[in-house]
Amino acid sequence: MTVTETAGPPKYPFGPVVRLDLHPRYAELCRNEPVSRVTMPYGGEAWLLTGYHEIKEFLADPRFSSHAATEPDTARVTPLPLRPGNLLSMDPPDHGRIRKVVAHAFRPRIVSQLADRMRDLVDSELDAMEEAGPPGDLVQRLAIPLPVRMIVELFGVPYEERAEFRRYSDVFVATSAHTKEEINEARDGLEEFLRRLIAKRRSSLSDDLVSVMIEALDAGELSEVEAVRTGIGVLMAGHETSLSMISNVCFLLLAQRELYARLCDDPELIDPALEEMLRIIPLRSVGSFPRRASEDVVIGGVTIRKGDTVIFQRAQGDRDERVFEDPDTIRFDRERNPHLGFGHGMHYCLGASLARAELRVALEGLMARFPSLRLAGTAEDVPWKPGLIARAPESLLVTW
Amino acid sequence: MSQEQDQVQGDAGKWRIEVDRLVCAGTGLCLGTAHGRMRLDGGRARPVEDVITPDDAVTDAAETCPMEAITVRDATTGEVLAPLR
Ligand code: HEM
Ligand code: HEM
Ligand code: SF4
Repeated sequence: MTVTETAGPPKYPFGPVVRLDLHPRYAELCRNEPVSRVTMPYGGEAWLLTGYHEIKEFLADPRFSSHAATEPDTARVTPLPLRPGNLLSMDPPDHGRIRKVVAHAFRPRIVSQLADRMRDLVDSELDAMEEAGPPGDLVQRLAIPLPVRMIVELFGVPYEERAEFRRYSDVFVATSAHTKEEINEARDGLEEFLRRLIAKRRSSLSDDLVSVMIEALDAGELSEVEAVRTGIGVLMAGHETSLSMISNVCFLLLAQRELYARLCDDPELIDPALEEMLRIIPLRSVGSFPRRASEDVVIGGVTIRKGDTVIFQRAQGDRDERVFEDPDTIRFDRERNPHLGFGHGMHYCLGASLARAELRVALEGLMARFPSLRLAGTAEDVPWKPGLIARAPESLLVTW
Repeated sequence: MSQEQDQVQGDAGKWRIEVDRLVCAGTGLCLGTAHGRMRLDGGRARPVEDVITPDDAVTDAAETCPMEAITVRDATTGEVLAPLR
């Protein structure tokens, strides 16, 4: 920090994002000032929540509006605020109306069918990796293809149209590698594609997301624009997150290889291990999607004024020593693990059980076939993606 | 409505909310959907009152619960009102 800097709340983010590390400032704040002020790169000052209880209380409080946070004067990390029109930027009653529709495509029975299809893909990708011989790249083999497969199956994209769907969705989710024009073109292309899919699927309704939305369209519970925007929102929310988490989980288990070995010895530990991964991995590089107070609200004894913007560092809340014993250690024997890795309250992750299933089939596939799996180099050699939104290794070379 | 009134009027036309607390993941989703009808207790959901006058927010909560942990029944007949599919 330089002397010329004007006084005021500290600048956010606190420093560069390194691998899966959390800046030490978060832990200090969590302990001493779980509701604090920061100055954001865009839009001025905001409140930053770092304590578990404070974050949970905030996320359960309907007086904080996600829709209001799409206003251009919202304090935030990204140049543009989140656009209105997707679930995460909606408030009641619209949010509940649309969430109720799409929730039908994520019921436990459907998730377990999707898991079977994902298992087939994992098997064939790992066959190919074994065949080609070491080193293999888990990002190319698992983290990239698996979410794509999950999404086409979830949406019910017919086999012949998958290549076209992928062409748009690839550009759309890999924001950094494409120009603004390419992204806008892909957005239009994808909207058009979904519109056509909706028209075509009318005659062969099934359990998938598009069918569920068609039924709701016909029942007047949803407009076509809403159906298309919601579809794109689910794609945005489900793709990059699961791609990054598959890579991050594989990285952590192999960087601390005794964890992988313990799982291979006792595969029963896979569920608690995944929950622990969800707790400890700070998927989002910095901050969170912002919310704004629609009236004065007291959180953790601090008054947040009407109109103020609030963000949170979920990963620090999940390392709050008031809740988690030995919070910085990865442990598969936690009796309770009420982490906030999928959020909490109204915007709790729509795809949580699908994401869990995806991580599980990936890990089960690896453990069953490659008990001797290890990083091809050192953990320090693993290259990380640049950018301020989601953390993930760029590639993850392994040998066996 | 208080427990006492419930008993005086009987359960006719009322709904019963059940939460399978072994299945509930404590997501807190239903607290928002059925505002004032559900609460978290020990990290899992519990109805504020088990027997209620009909309220669509509660069937919505049962339809959106990701774990399908909430069942809404007709309090007299036991017929399942939500989740339906
Ligand atoms: C932990 C969770 C999430 C992570 C790590 C994440 C990651 C990302 C990334 C990497 C981008 C590209 C942004 C950029 O480079 O500027 C992005 C944008 C976006 N995300 Fe997420 N995302 C998450 C959750 C969600 C959810 C839950 C939704 C909505 C339902 C969502 C909707 C969007 C949308 C709509 C955009 C594009 C913004 C725009 O074009 O206006 N994301 N997110
Ligand atoms: C491991 C992978 C994933 C993680 C860690 C994750 C995490 C999250 C988090 C933290 C939120 C809440 C964000 C907030 O409140 O600010 C969220 C919301 C959401 N997620 Fe996920 N997610 C994952 C995978 C998925 C998948 C696979 C899908 C869909 C296919 C999905 C769809 C959504 C949607 C639509 C929302 C917004 C829900 C709403 O606003 O009601 N997510 N996710
Ligand atoms: S929505 Fe379902 S899983 Fe979440 S707290 Fe309510 S009952 Fe439990």
